[in-house]
Amino acid sequence: MIATRRMRDYAGFAWMVISKIIIIIVPLIMLYVIIDKSLPLLQENGFVNILSGDDWKPAAGSFGFRPFIIGSLYVSVLAILISAPVCILAAIYLSEYAHRRILGFMQPVIDILAGIPSVIYGVWGILFIVPFVRNVIAPVAGIESTGYSVLAGSLVLAVMIIPFVLNILLELFATVPLELRESAYSMGTTKWEMVKVTVLKKTGAGIISAIGLGWARAIGETIAVMMVVGNTIAIPKNIVSPGYPLPALIANNYGEMMSIPKYDSALMFAALILLVITVVFNILMRLIIRRFTTKTADNEA
Amino acid sequence: MKHKYFEEFVMKTLMISATLIIAIALGSILYGIVVRGIPYLNWSMISSLPKGGYYFGKEGGILNAIIGSLYLALGATFLALILSVPVALYMNVFLQRNSKAVSFFRFFLDVLWGIPSIVYGAFGFTIMVALGIRTSLLGGIVVVGIFVAPIMIRAMDEVLQRVPNGIREAAYSMGCTKTETAFRFFLRKAAPGIVTAILLSFGRAIGDAAVVLLTTGYTDYIPTSLDQQVATLPLAIFFQLSSPVEEVQGRAYASALILTIIILFISISARIIGRVYKKTI
Repeated sequence: MIATRRMRDYAGFAWMVISKIIIIIVPLIMLYVIIDKSLPLLQENGFVNILSGDDWKPAAGSFGFRPFIIGSLYVSVLAILISAPVCILAAIYLSEYAHRRILGFMQPVIDILAGIPSVIYGVWGILFIVPFVRNVIAPVAGIESTGYSVLAGSLVLAVMIIPFVLNILLELFATVPLELRESAYSMGTTKWEMVKVTVLKKTGAGIISAIGLGWARAIGETIAVMMVVGNTIAIPKNIVSPGYPLPALIANNYGEMMSIPKYDSALMFAALILLVITVVFNILMRLIIRRFTTKTADNEA
Repeated sequence: MKHKYFEEFVMKTLMISATLIIAIALGSILYGIVVRGIPYLNWSMISSLPKGGYYFGKEGGILNAIIGSLYLALGATFLALILSVPVALYMNVFLQRNSKAVSFFRFFLDVLWGIPSIVYGAFGFTIMVALGIRTSLLGGIVVVGIFVAPIMIRAMDEVLQRVPNGIREAAYSMGCTKTETAFRFFLRKAAPGIVTAILLSFGRAIGDAAVVLLTTGYTDYIPTSLDQQVATLPLAIFFQLSSPVEEVQGRAYASALILTIIILFISISARIIGRVYKKTI
């Protein structure tokens, strides 16, 4: 009896340890494989040439990533510029002003937005955003556009990352102690003045990190962006011209990568860029955010 | 004096507009999908496979993608579950909950969650090519499973953290081993939260398109074994929408409606279970 219980204890423990090792090892293998696969291209064409080259002719062995990197930056930075003010304003409203009933309505809204799959955002983009860019924005700017553009991609992305950034901000604002708000009020401030001197001042670094995390999420998005961004290999001239971000490059071309030499290496290099950017940003931004959340955990204890 | 009330008014108006924009965005997504999808949604869409000439507007449905997506998401969720339950319990029962090691591991999982799914897809594709495996249901399940595992572990960890320490002490005092404490008491106490975590991961798995695009292939049939290719809803939507035929595009909207309904169903169930859970703990 005791023997079987001990056996079971060992078995349970072994299961836990093995699972944990898998969870830790697989990402390391992933990193290794992606680096290993992108090395041939790096060695032959040179790191600087690849990043700064404009010429993308896989069949001729020339792989210039600049259009894709610029495309990715263009779409994701524009997305976060559109999204950040909306997120910050809404987060202040929901955490400081909103009535319980409004909160009760908005929480499911945010949850559902977070759960909607990427491809559905893409469909929505084709239904509303692309025609909007074609028929409203482009004529106003005086430029012809099909609507499949950098701006369409970033508008879709801007909405996609709202729930992600908003949730981090709400968590962040909840860490500001009540006493601080009360002491601001006691100085006769209005609510907005109180928010300015307490909430925003206290969590400033955290807000910037939340935006950074949102950006890192935006740059890796694939299907939704790919459906509306136009996928033309050229550096976008303006916001209503098409672009070609890195994730779309991988998703559109993986099928041919085995038939052209070094093509597979080039696509893996695209994956490596995304991997490095997202991991580095996540580590830096989360370290800053963690300072806020652990501080309050200590206070409670 | 007037100035500060004016500022208050302006900021509050801006905040309310921002909040409204978010609600309107969701509204327009749901509205657009429903209005465009409903006219093309019919029983044969849901219940039949694509027949000859389906992609030129002839008869058939997307049963292959619906069943395929369910297979894939169930498989991936199950795989993630096998990995996640022991890891989450390990973090909360075997290790000190707030120790450096555990909070470092939490951090690691959060960073993993930030890696885009296309990177997982590219990795999966490369490994499969290297091993000489064709794109298949199994490949998709493994890669999607690994992709959602960190999310699932963190979601479970959040609920397990709230299980009171008294339960551990009571279990030890009755002579329970650590494993027994973990599986019998912690897991049971956190059960509703665990179910929510599973539902959320299922939603991620069924909605993912980037991994699936690179690892599962696409087929008009329902797979009968793990090494066959499989169709999934996100890809069905994506491919049909890029067709020039209006009928086929309409079906893409109907497919999007089906996927949205599945996601809404999952999201609402998770909410209801979450509410029940709040009452019990």
